[in-house]
Amino acid sequence: MPHTAQIVSEAPTPATVPKPAPAGRVLSLPVARRPLAPVLGRIAVAAAARVIPPLIVLALLLLAWQLLCSGPGSSLPSPLKVLDDTWDFIVDPFYDNGGVDKGAFWQIATSLERVAMGFALAAVVGVALGVLIGQSIWAMRGLDPIFQVLRTIPPLAWLPISLAGFQQAEPSAVFVIFITSIWPIVINTAVGVRNIPQDYRNVAAVLRLSHWEVFTKITLPAAVPYIFTGLRIGVGLSWLAIIAAEMLIGGVGIGFFIWDAWNSSRISDIVVALVYVGLVGFVLDRLIGFAGALVARGTSA
Amino acid sequence: MDSYLSIERVGMRFTRGAAVSEVLVDVNLGIARGEFVSIIGHSGCGKSTLLNIVGGLVRSTTGEVLLDGAVVDSPGPDRAIVFQNHSLLPWLTVYGNVRIAVDKVFGRAKSAAERHDWVMHNLALVHMAHAKDKRPGEISGGMKQRVGIARALAMQPKILLMDEPFGALDALTRAHLQDSVMEIHAALGNTVLMITHDVDEAVLLSDRIVMMTNGPSATIGEVLPIPLERPRRRLALADDPTYAACRVQVLRFLYERQRFTTAAA
Repeated sequence: MPHTAQIVSEAPTPATVPKPAPAGRVLSLPVARRPLAPVLGRIAVAAAARVIPPLIVLALLLLAWQLLCSGPGSSLPSPLKVLDDTWDFIVDPFYDNGGVDKGAFWQIATSLERVAMGFALAAVVGVALGVLIGQSIWAMRGLDPIFQVLRTIPPLAWLPISLAGFQQAEPSAVFVIFITSIWPIVINTAVGVRNIPQDYRNVAAVLRLSHWEVFTKITLPAAVPYIFTGLRIGVGLSWLAIIAAEMLIGGVGIGFFIWDAWNSSRISDIVVALVYVGLVGFVLDRLIGFAGALVARGTSA
Repeated sequence: MDSYLSIERVGMRFTRGAAVSEVLVDVNLGIARGEFVSIIGHSGCGKSTLLNIVGGLVRSTTGEVLLDGAVVDSPGPDRAIVFQNHSLLPWLTVYGNVRIAVDKVFGRAKSAAERHDWVMHNLALVHMAHAKDKRPGEISGGMKQRVGIARALAMQPKILLMDEPFGALDALTRAHLQDSVMEIHAALGNTVLMITHDVDEAVLLSDRIVMMTNGPSATIGEVLPIPLERPRRRLALADDPTYAACRVQVLRFLYERQRFTTAAA
């Protein structure tokens, strides 16, 4: 019996294998219920660990600033002096005395409106161009080198030419936002579309999805995380650009407010405006990041 | 033998500049309706390439593949593929991943309610109905592969192609999935072509095992019929002399006759 010989060589017969013995009785231990108070306490500690360090650093920076700028010959106001000078401006952001003399809320709202228009335009055109470049090798060869040059032009360099073209301040500012924020959106979208895994393409091929179905059901969802990376960089750039552009075009807007304050030597107003600009930029970035996380849920599995 | 799928003198040659590499040469294989055939061979022997040719994802340079009398020249749902890395779309739920296939294949033939029932039926076949609202990122590798199998089954393919479907899974999960595949094969009578590098898996599941020689210029070395009765039980077969003999034959082929290019792996 050749078979038997093979069995012995391949796997020992049960007789030669020791039987596994039960290791002992299994006891289940009662699970202790966690008291609630320590749990809440731990959450509070975790929150404090995130909040307290930046507060300490902030306090130290303010203290250093106060010490450096409280001398009589100081060219910049100390934090306390800033608060003192601008208290009315801070507590009443909604005043409107006509012209450019408006509260912080209106200044920021006007700037955000311009950013919203320019950025929305950039998002639509940017994603469309990005998809085109990502899908068509000829579109990429034709457009990519030109984009690589155009994207290095600083935002403000576009302002004179757009003023010349549009003959008006408002569309020129929107155009500067558009042209500044579109490049990262185009480039990231193109990378996202080009990097769609072969696996997904195979699935689409087996299912015989049409070009349109591939685009809406595979390409777009797969590129969403990349698109939002581009949008996030774009919104940050557009906020950088609007402040600079507004300084030049004038009118209502937080950028011109800063320039106006400088011309009228209201240095404390500049400080407050800078804080607002920083906070708004931070919120914009987080908003796009949050929207991206929401839309791209599960996409990176 | 009446061949449902027939692979006829298929060869595959890749040309990169002046370098020509011959991957497959003169592969001939017929598979009957309802038959479960495994292809086994060392890494780099072109077995995945062969499956991709049958799937239509890759065009062979010579020869042709016929399925149910028609020439295969492009991918299609009549040759559903279970991919090694599951290839689920991560932004869709488990249900959505099967539904997209059902909607595409049966969009005209079935009503929306019927398509829903068909999705749920196939998820139930692989024991995944309970997780229908989970996303691929939230379930284990074995569960993902179950959904991949459900998606393929839901297309009601003429032949089910499986590309090392359990290669990335741990041994226990793999055994569970093999049992599921045997259950489904017994219940539905699918025609299956499976790529594997696991000798036990091949012997346990297959009606015939196709053994590939080493590449380059790989071809079919031997075909071994597995004369084991179905249903097959893993534990009972552990002591079965026929099982052991089949296993040894495959091992001999892989490790005595074809062992010389293990470096290529």
